[in-house]
Amino acid sequence: MTAGPVLRLDGVRKRFGDTEVLGGVDLTVGEHDVVALIGASGSGKSTLLRCITLLERIDDGQIWLRETDISDPRVPADRIRARIGTVFQQFNLFPHIRVIDNVTLASRKVLKVPRAAAEARALELLDRVGLADKAREYPDRLSGGQQQRVAIVRAIATNPELLLLDEITSALDPELVAEVLDLVRDLSTEGTTIVMATHEMAFARDVADRVVFLDGGVIVEEGPAAEVFQRPREERTRAFLSRFLGPS
Amino acid sequence: MPAASRRPPVSAVELDRRAYRRQQNTRSVLVSLISTIVFAVVVWLTVINTPGWSRVQQSFFDIETAIEAWPRVIAGLWVNVQVLFFAVIGVLVLSVLIATVRTLRGPVWFPLRALAAAYTDLFRGIPLIIVLFLVGFGLPGLELFPRNSAQFWGTIALILTYSAYVSEVFRAGIEAVHPSQRLAARSLGLNHGQTMRIVVLPQAVRKVTPALMNDFVAMQKDVGLISVLGVVDAVRAAQIETAANFNFTPYVLAGLLFVLLALPMIRLTDWYTARLRAREQIGTLV
Repeated sequence: MTAGPVLRLDGVRKRFGDTEVLGGVDLTVGEHDVVALIGASGSGKSTLLRCITLLERIDDGQIWLRETDISDPRVPADRIRARIGTVFQQFNLFPHIRVIDNVTLASRKVLKVPRAAAEARALELLDRVGLADKAREYPDRLSGGQQQRVAIVRAIATNPELLLLDEITSALDPELVAEVLDLVRDLSTEGTTIVMATHEMAFARDVADRVVFLDGGVIVEEGPAAEVFQRPREERTRAFLSRFLGPS
Repeated sequence: MPAASRRPPVSAVELDRRAYRRQQNTRSVLVSLISTIVFAVVVWLTVINTPGWSRVQQSFFDIETAIEAWPRVIAGLWVNVQVLFFAVIGVLVLSVLIATVRTLRGPVWFPLRALAAAYTDLFRGIPLIIVLFLVGFGLPGLELFPRNSAQFWGTIALILTYSAYVSEVFRAGIEAVHPSQRLAARSLGLNHGQTMRIVVLPQAVRKVTPALMNDFVAMQKDVGLISVLGVVDAVRAAQIETAANFNFTPYVLAGLLFVLLALPMIRLTDWYTARLRAREQIGTLV
């Protein structure tokens, strides 16, 4: 495969009724890139992620996953979603099946991997995040941080080409945030391509290669993390960051 | 009990509280016991002192007639149990199917969806007894189907009526599963069918199990209605015995047997509902 971008957004627009949530977003995510989407609640971060993983239909523009225009309705959406891993704010583990079955579900049912192979891989991943002993538990027996780590493992179990993280620490108690962020940091050093919506500014500054500041459904500023956080060019970015980080 | 021996000693205040609670407990048990006995005695005395009691006792509660009717009525009840068995299976299959069809989206599915909606509207509206007549006498009259017993058509009629109710229960359950579960499943690449089968339906069934069990209890007694088709079930057998002796005791006997048949399910429903409630409100007093 050539070194083309993993993901490319081209003038993506999305409206809910009369409200324009995304007003023409252009974004390119290369192989091994970690991109952090920052912005206030309602700025369109989550909607953008849901459009990429085809849970929302866009109203204009194009989304490319490698060489495929995935906004084309002729493209089989289920097959595209299987190539993208998604982790949600509320974990959304399936409460009626065990942790191991949560993790292996997509491999077994979508990729048709035999159960034994899928479970071996799942156990290996769970072991890496320190949760191998929880494999046979039901999700509600786990803490929030553990559940979110399982959700991340579930998302990467199929080796997706792209990992989308939608404010994955926002529903966690403060003392549980670190264990989840550490896992994301590990994934990023291993070269996983990640697009994450986040409110964890310190983490974004640390881990992201690129930071994208969204406001009112458009990209206001985009650049290397250090640059955007230390020398924001736009007034709106400065205002937003000062609210989060305190006036410098 | 090694666990108990390691517990710290209980304070005097707590011991006093426990003694008080024990005393309160004993008192309420006594009160309820006495009031129940008093109530039962009063009802019993009132009934047996009514002017017509001896005549009613003779024609409704005659032991000898009951013993005489027993073999026939119990044989009839076995028919009811068989009908119930097949009807329950039929209802579960058909109602899940209809509930699933009603949740399908997209214009392609409109005809199926409309059909399912019309079906539930219709069969929740018609009295069961009319469905029994239509299915039991009407459908065989078409001479389209191979010859079948009245018992068979009675089972079909029960399935048709009850599936309409039960499918609505399932639909409520499906809609009660949080949409985020569907999103999570679809984002993994599962298609609509897989999402329903593996993620949504199992959770939906859990949510509506008490309601389902209650519908099942209702069905247990409605199987008696197939007697209108001439099936010699418990009700019909009781009717035959009643006509032979001019005594209504066989009906009472059949009624009691239906209650006995339903009791395990009723208790099971109560137990399961209580267990669900207990699990949801761990650690509260009220």
